Amino acid sequence: MSARTSRSARAGQYVALLGYLVFLVFPFLWLISTAFKPARELGSLHPTWIPEHPTLDNFRAAFDEQPLLQAAINSLIVALCAAVVAVLVATPMAYVTARHRSRLSTATTGWVVVSQAFPFVLLIIPLFLVLKNLHLINTLWGLAMVYVVWALPFALWMLTGYVRAVPAELEEAAAVDGAGRLRTLVSVTAPLLAPGIVATALFAFITAWNEFFFALVLLKTPEKQTLPVVLTHFLGAEGAADLGPLAAAAFLVTLPSLVVFALIQRRITGSMLAGAVKS
Amino acid sequence: MTQGGKFVTLASATVKSGTHGPPGSPHDRQHRPVNRSAGSWFLVLPALIPILILSVGPLLYGVALAFTDAQSGRTRSTQWVGGLNFQDLLHDTLFWESFRIGLLWAVGVTVPQFVLALGLALLLNQNLRMRWLARALAIIPWAMPEVVVGIMWRLVYNPDAGVLNETIRDLGLGDGRAWLTGLATALPAVIVVGVWAGMPQTTVALLAGLQNTPHELHEAAALDGAGAWRRFRTVTWPALRPVALSITALNFIWNFNSFALVYVLTSGGPGGRTRLPMLFAYEEAFRYGQFGYAAAMGCVMVAVISVILAGYLVGRLRGGEDR
Repeated sequence: MSARTSRSARAGQYVALLGYLVFLVFPFLWLISTAFKPARELGSLHPTWIPEHPTLDNFRAAFDEQPLLQAAINSLIVALCAAVVAVLVATPMAYVTARHRSRLSTATTGWVVVSQAFPFVLLIIPLFLVLKNLHLINTLWGLAMVYVVWALPFALWMLTGYVRAVPAELEEAAAVDGAGRLRTLVSVTAPLLAPGIVATALFAFITAWNEFFFALVLLKTPEKQTLPVVLTHFLGAEGAADLGPLAAAAFLVTLPSLVVFALIQRRITGSMLAGAVKS
Repeated sequence: MTQGGKFVTLASATVKSGTHGPPGSPHDRQHRPVNRSAGSWFLVLPALIPILILSVGPLLYGVALAFTDAQSGRTRSTQWVGGLNFQDLLHDTLFWESFRIGLLWAVGVTVPQFVLALGLALLLNQNLRMRWLARALAIIPWAMPEVVVGIMWRLVYNPDAGVLNETIRDLGLGDGRAWLTGLATALPAVIVVGVWAGMPQTTVALLAGLQNTPHELHEAAALDGAGAWRRFRTVTWPALRPVALSITALNFIWNFNSFALVYVLTSGGPGGRTRLPMLFAYEEAFRYGQFGYAAAMGCVMVAVISVILAGYLVGRLRGGEDR
């Protein structure tokens, strides 16, 4: 197809691609620009793209206005718990699902899909009541528990794909060589699976790091809240907001996400492409 | 609604389109080295138990709550009220107004999102020089927390210090407006944000579908003198259709159920013009403490969405068989 594309068509394609890039990237550039602008430029009637006198004041102010550091620690704890536990419990199940086609694996796949379609109010009200009875409202452990279960569907999904990608013949060969089942798993399958497990854990981490709705409902006091919830406090009452610190804080919260996505983007899209292309 | 969730079904969307790998084939099964012993159950339980206790259980509990008068604060004396909540909902004009807005929003986001993402996927599937850069940058909306996306667009839409109004002023198109607080502009303004936020996932899914279409067919069609549009219609689209169908249906559900973006952008205002059903149910449950009533809303949302989707899927699949 590409060989036959005419020069003008090609130019048109580049223009279109540029249009997409502007649409996708410009709001983010504006966020960065706002984060580094001094108050005087933010209040000016003609805002500029590039700050004339870039400053870090907004970042300092952001930490002064809201307990960002505490929120970052909370987010880190919850997201780490979610990632580690989700991967630990999902990996064995993914292994079974990938290697045996059983009613259980069909049910799991069905549940993975169906669980996405429910409006979360239907889940959060009972969870709220259950966690309240267990005195786990307004605790990071309560939220972490919810995140583990919430991360499980996609952890299972990704990991099942990665297990399928490990050729069963390798395990067979090990079995022929006299290795037991556990030994085969540990010495043959696990090393090949490791990059997939890391990618899955990182993805679970970021999903928990970014999550808002459950955190909003389950965490009451500012010192317990996670970053996305604390960010909304910058918006103030009637939607009035201190733009500079707001932008600075929002930018900081996004950075870890962007870094992790840059690291695993290829694996995510790669595993999706594999799912679509194989067989 | 959330990025993690989105990924899964997206992946299943691509896999559902007829791609179960060789591991499932009978041949493979015969040579499988691991035997299905009681040991598998042991491996499955660590995931199964939390799923049942914290996911399946609460969902059933949630449905049950819809038939009670549960309220925050007095959950112990909760009474079974049968279909009373649903009767009340039937007459709750505010709820149906929010339902209507939810549908408008879901269609308003899903359709342009699909069209734009298809265009981008087709471009990224070409041999263009900026492709790697475009692919990398197109991930930005995906990586951003929804709350940050909302905040970022509030900065863009800001009537005084926002880039949108400034651009409008620079181009001499007037003074701009207060986009998010205007009665007429609020919903379109949040829809644009919704489209922006969901583009990467849709694009990646469609790109996966595109890379699945056999190259030889394209070349053969080109040799036969088929133009770009014709090749798209006769070669690309038929191969892409299953993926496109799943991703559209799923996008519709996610969008209908979305919360964080609009909560941050407008909190449902002005005057309820952007109050999506999830925002309405959230307020009902956690501001007014009406757990039973909010659960009933959730049930109605599931029911109506299921009916719409079933109709849509059946219709589209039938259409496919006729060809």
